Amino acid sequence: MSVLIFVENWDGKFKKLSFELVSYGAKLAEMMATDAIALTIGKVENGELAKLGRYGASKILVAVNEGITTFDSMNFTTVIAGIAVQEDAKVLVLSNNNTGKALAPRLSVRLKAGLGSGVNRLPASLDPFMVYKKVYSGNAYANIHIKTDVKILTLSQNSFELSESGNNSTVAEVAVEWDNAGVKTKVVEVQKQEGKILLTDADIVISGGRGMKSPENWGPIVQLAELLGAATACSRPVSDEGWRPHEEHTGQTGKIIAPNLYFAIGISGATQHLAGVSSSKFIVAINTDKDAPIFAAAQYGIIGDAGKVLPKLVEALQELKGK
Amino acid sequence: MKILVCISHVPDTTTKVKFVDDLKKLDITGIQWVINPWDELSLTRALELKDDPSNDIQSVTVAHVGLAGAEPTIRKALAIGADDALRINAEPRDAFYVASQLAEAVKNESYDLVLCGIESSDYNGSTVGGMLAELLGYPSVSSVSSVRIENGRFLITREIDGGKEIVNVVAPLVAIVQKGIAKEPRIAAMRGIMMARTKPLKVVEPVEMESFTDLVSFEMPKPRAACKFVDPENPGQLIDLLQNEAKII
Ligand SMILES: Cc1cc2nc3c(=O)[nH]c(=O)nc-3n(C[C@H](O)[C@H](O)[C@H](O)COP(=O)(O)OP(=O)(O)OC[C@H]3O[C@@H](n4cnc5c(N)ncnc54)[C@H](O)[C@@H]3O)c2cc1C
Ligand SMILES: Nc1ncnc2c1ncn2[C@@H]1O[C@H](COP(=O)(O)O)[C@@H](O)[C@H]1O
Repeated sequence: MSVLIFVENWDGKFKKLSFELVSYGAKLAEMMATDAIALTIGKVENGELAKLGRYGASKILVAVNEGITTFDSMNFTTVIAGIAVQEDAKVLVLSNNNTGKALAPRLSVRLKAGLGSGVNRLPASLDPFMVYKKVYSGNAYANIHIKTDVKILTLSQNSFELSESGNNSTVAEVAVEWDNAGVKTKVVEVQKQEGKILLTDADIVISGGRGMKSPENWGPIVQLAELLGAATACSRPVSDEGWRPHEEHTGQTGKIIAPNLYFAIGISGATQHLAGVSSSKFIVAINTDKDAPIFAAAQYGIIGDAGKVLPKLVEALQELKGK
Repeated sequence: MKILVCISHVPDTTTKVKFVDDLKKLDITGIQWVINPWDELSLTRALELKDDPSNDIQSVTVAHVGLAGAEPTIRKALAIGADDALRINAEPRDAFYVASQLAEAVKNESYDLVLCGIESSDYNGSTVGGMLAELLGYPSVSSVSSVRIENGRFLITREIDGGKEIVNVVAPLVAIVQKGIAKEPRIAAMRGIMMARTKPLKVVEPVEMESFTDLVSFEMPKPRAACKFVDPENPGQLIDLLQNEAKII
């Protein structure tokens, strides 16, 4: 028996969400009195792999095959399902990111394993196996009973504390089958922006809405982001107007994020916007309208004109950083 | 070529949800039901593809697993422009149940492209599309922001961390779509609404099928503590609170 954690790597590197996943899987394994096994696909250096051990994986498996060059959801499913069976995994844990969303449903069918998607905490009980997840875009939660023998969970990003365990771990390469002829998706082009903090990875996000009035007024938002090491975001009308790039749009129809700190500046706080950001640990709102719904979701607020407040905020931060 | 668009029927996204029966059931009084926003966009994209004669698309079908109460939503999809519709007459029990019913109903229909949304705005599962692909044995691409057909080849853009990737996928395939797939949902015109009444809406009975999960009960989120206001003349105070009270920067 085991808990199998699928940990994606980005050109051989892991990131915070990888360690969150392993921390979660290790705690779950502890609850189940079994081992947490981390699995990654494709070459990763030993130093990097050892990090997974620090967060509680007792065994780290690296699935390798020369043929693996692209992400193909069918073939990845075959690799992960094969290892799940070999390791007698009772629970599989994946991230609720793009990759997890592509794989978990296929694995669920392949392994006849019920899926709890987007969970943000450990199961409330193991028998019956009860998980808790966000529904209605954050306006409610549901308690879900997974009835199958094997279970799959996808973990929401930034919802579980990292915890180091200091256990010993072993690393093993596993040669896996890869059916090249079976790869039905061929990458013809990749477009990547380098060097920017990804919105979905950022701990702090500074976001502007229609209350910013025009794209020329974004200067202080970008400055604040630089000072805080944050990513920038926006409401939907702002990206629809072309004031900011589409990748920045947060909300129900944009990116769903859960940073530690979210600044909503000139954003009214429509339900569809909150659907994408309400899992943030702290929300700061800056708005001229004291009745704007965003203040009901925020812990800290400033009632005022962003045009006047932001420069002062930037100044105060610069002063702090200068010290 | 034939396209299938899977649609789920959800409360309007501004609904303040409430629950009844010991928090076991959604209170449906006063709820406006709509086509799931993603599905409305994927239907729009399917119709755009069909409008281009070089793509040689014969039909766009919509499919829904649900009871008769969803028929106005299905008629709306027909009014927007779908050619015909299929309703599998069963109460959705979980994503596996829904995907299995869809797979069973369409496995002999040879659709070239099946479109699903990245999530339905009620259960936020992000699950049905991938399951359907696995059940049908089709390749699937998730987080799709564009679907094009070039010389009969499917070129699908998917979001990856920090960018996008264009992939050429062998049909038949399932594309699980998100932002970007179409600009604005297409709106039903008067003519479409008239025509929708006479378009075929086939109802089939479900097959015997298990579910993997049960939704036992709902909970409302805990109310957040009241917002603490900072003097707009002195935003430095905010920095202090974030640093020393929230300990977040
Ligand atoms: C199906 C559907 C999906 C949607 N999905 C999304 C989504 O994913 N994301 C999203 O954001 N929206 C989404 N929307 C749109 C959403 O309903 C709102 O229209 C949108 O979020 C409003 O954006 P906003 O807050 O920037 O603008 P507004 O609602 O216009 O708010 C502007 C705010 O700025 C304040 N303000 C004005 N001047 C100043 C100033 N000088 N200083 C400070 N504050 C000022 C105002 O008081 C106001 O509160 C969706 C809508 C639908 C129907
Ligand atoms: N009852 C249903 N009938 C038809 N399609 C559905 C149904 N439920 C979900 N879907 C499809 O699956 C997508 C994702 O839904 P979900 O997995 O529930 O988040 C939706 O956008 C629809 O395309």
